[in-house]
Amino acid sequence: MFLTPVVPHRPFYNLDTMFVRGLKRKCFDGEEDIEGTLAGIKAIPSYNLQRQSLLDMSLVKLQLCHMLVEPNLCRSVLIANTVRQIQEEMTQDGTWQMINTQSTGQASLDRLVSTDILCRSSREQAEGKHVPGYGTFSKDFEGDQAQDSSETMSTASSVQAPRNLQSDVWEMENPQENKGNFQKSLDQIFETLENKSPNSVEDLFSEVDNSYYDLDTMLTGMMSNTKMGHCDGLETFSSPTTTTSNSNCKSDLNELDHIVEILVES
Amino acid sequence: MAGVAGGGGGGGSNDFQWCFSQVKGAIDEDVAEADIISTVEFNYSGDLLATGDKGGRVVIFQREQENKSRPHSRGEYNVYSTFQSHEPEFDYLKSLEIEEKINKIRWLPQQNAAHFLLSTNDKTIKLWKISERDKRAEGYNLKDEDGRLRDPFRITALRVPILKPMDLMVEASPRRIFANAHTYHINSISVNSDHETYLSADDLRINLWHLEITDRSFNIVDIKPANMEELTEVITAAEFHPHHCNVFVYSSSKGTIRLCDMRSSALCDRHSKFFEEPEDPSSRSFFSEIISSISDVKFSHSGRYMMTRDYLSVKVWDLNMENRPVETYQVHEYLRSKLCSLYENDCIFDKFECCWNGSDSAIMTGSYNNFFRMFDRNTRRDITLEASRESSKPRAILKPRKVCTGGKRKKDEISVDSLDFNKKILHTAWHPMENIIAVAATNNLYIFQDKIN
Repeated sequence: MFLTPVVPHRPFYNLDTMFVRGLKRKCFDGEEDIEGTLAGIKAIPSYNLQRQSLLDMSLVKLQLCHMLVEPNLCRSVLIANTVRQIQEEMTQDGTWQMINTQSTGQASLDRLVSTDILCRSSREQAEGKHVPGYGTFSKDFEGDQAQDSSETMSTASSVQAPRNLQSDVWEMENPQENKGNFQKSLDQIFETLENKSPNSVEDLFSEVDNSYYDLDTMLTGMMSNTKMGHCDGLETFSSPTTTTSNSNCKSDLNELDHIVEILVES
Repeated sequence: MAGVAGGGGGGGSNDFQWCFSQVKGAIDEDVAEADIISTVEFNYSGDLLATGDKGGRVVIFQREQENKSRPHSRGEYNVYSTFQSHEPEFDYLKSLEIEEKINKIRWLPQQNAAHFLLSTNDKTIKLWKISERDKRAEGYNLKDEDGRLRDPFRITALRVPILKPMDLMVEASPRRIFANAHTYHINSISVNSDHETYLSADDLRINLWHLEITDRSFNIVDIKPANMEELTEVITAAEFHPHHCNVFVYSSSKGTIRLCDMRSSALCDRHSKFFEEPEDPSSRSFFSEIISSISDVKFSHSGRYMMTRDYLSVKVWDLNMENRPVETYQVHEYLRSKLCSLYENDCIFDKFECCWNGSDSAIMTGSYNNFFRMFDRNTRRDITLEASRESSKPRAILKPRKVCTGGKRKKDEISVDSLDFNKKILHTAWHPMENIIAVAATNNLYIFQDKIN
């Protein structure tokens, strides 16, 4: 079929028949394209989940960048615009606010974690693994249950889920290539945030060269000799959010805009 | 089987069919990245066909004179010159490699025996002179035939050197190098009808050059926002009008085209005309903007129309009507339901080019699975053909291809899921006067001609 990265099977929801605005809860009865990741079960992915997965995919795309060659600006701009569109719609829906009500550093990390988990869980799903805490993604779920649970999973519940759950999930994995990297980068982020209070946000930024935000510098990936890897990308993503713990949702949106811009520039 | 006609003969004919003529390039399954063709362009007479590749090389083919003993066989294209146009560079300031891939080649109109073309990579444009040498001088006074200097005391008589014929040698030499004018990646170059100036466009700026002057260029369009965080739109292509040397157009990633008149102001940030088709609200999705991004814009030879290529369609615009195109042709509408997969594997960002035939009666563009499409503007007929080794027998007639969009697949049809998205035809060119087309399929160049009846 098409070129798809790594994933041996299609995720449990069919990506191709969604993403039409206003089309909620598309029913897949009789849909031929789903390759049997869930034997005999008809998946009814919610519009919100589909939108979330598109958002996650877009953010991942923005984070990956070429090491030596400048990233394609047109592509970056188009992806960033897509992210912005989703953000705007989610803000109007109110689903974006749910994430930001508890906008602590932990929340932002949960968002990051949920990004990866969403991709990862579908992979495991394909491989037939049972992941605790993700009972909703198991083979036995009912369509309706999946809808509600998955929505909760991808949005608000990520905020409320205890850190234990995440560490459980991490420990549950089979060793996978990028598990180590993610774990390491998450640890780094935890460290950073534990050591610094929101008041010392200036300290967080003091190490950052102002030229960091200059596109011409950013196009190169990094102003120093460090390469742009997952660690840097995640740090970039998380640091600004920590400043918004006491601000209202509107400035949160601006901050998220800001993050997106940084991602575009990187 | 009716095909799509066009070209100097004017008008289509029901007997028109496309035949395989030649294929250039290696046959191996393993394609070297450097051999991937990145641009194809006929010169003004159609006698020369230039290709650029990812390795920075330019290969020029020349059409052989028609053989009098075989009046029905058309001239073949054979290699005329090969040279390394651009080398990989390293930008030390930004710690970045600059790719040597040739993004565009544009020929200059021929003014003397030599041929000139502009070739560009992401950052630097070069003017190349391609000249023939088929004579050499013999009988110098001060040096021997092998070049050694003669002892002046030994020279007792003077002679006039004579020109003697030699094997044809084609030399390519860089005459001008236009560098350091672009911060972003150059996507287009276009020679002006005055034959003295040309424009180069990158993602955010368009510069105007004089062909004789390399240390200076004029910035005529700048869409870089003061705050880069506000960037939402980039320039994707630009071209000069074929007859009016003060008019050019540029397209954007949001599906708009702006026509600018250089007489109105030095900086053409304010357009004279703005072309945009209103969006169809019923087909709106998160991918709407991406698929509306224009990958190529080309004026018709007449200068009255222009054509734009976006991800799923080709549109013909009348320059006098800004609010919608006059014609829209669907290239591969069956991909609309696959947009998410194509987004996932990045195919949705592929930049397809398009071209007119000599009489502007037909247009051509590429697709996936090594398919390319031709549309006859008069008869409204379209045809899908394939550039493949299987149909590469000399003078073999190309069979029309069809993609099955759903339901039962008929014999000889190919289903959407079986399409090979690695085999994409991004670059095609049509001879300026005859029905000869050049189609770049990864590392191979196919040449097709119409069948003479």
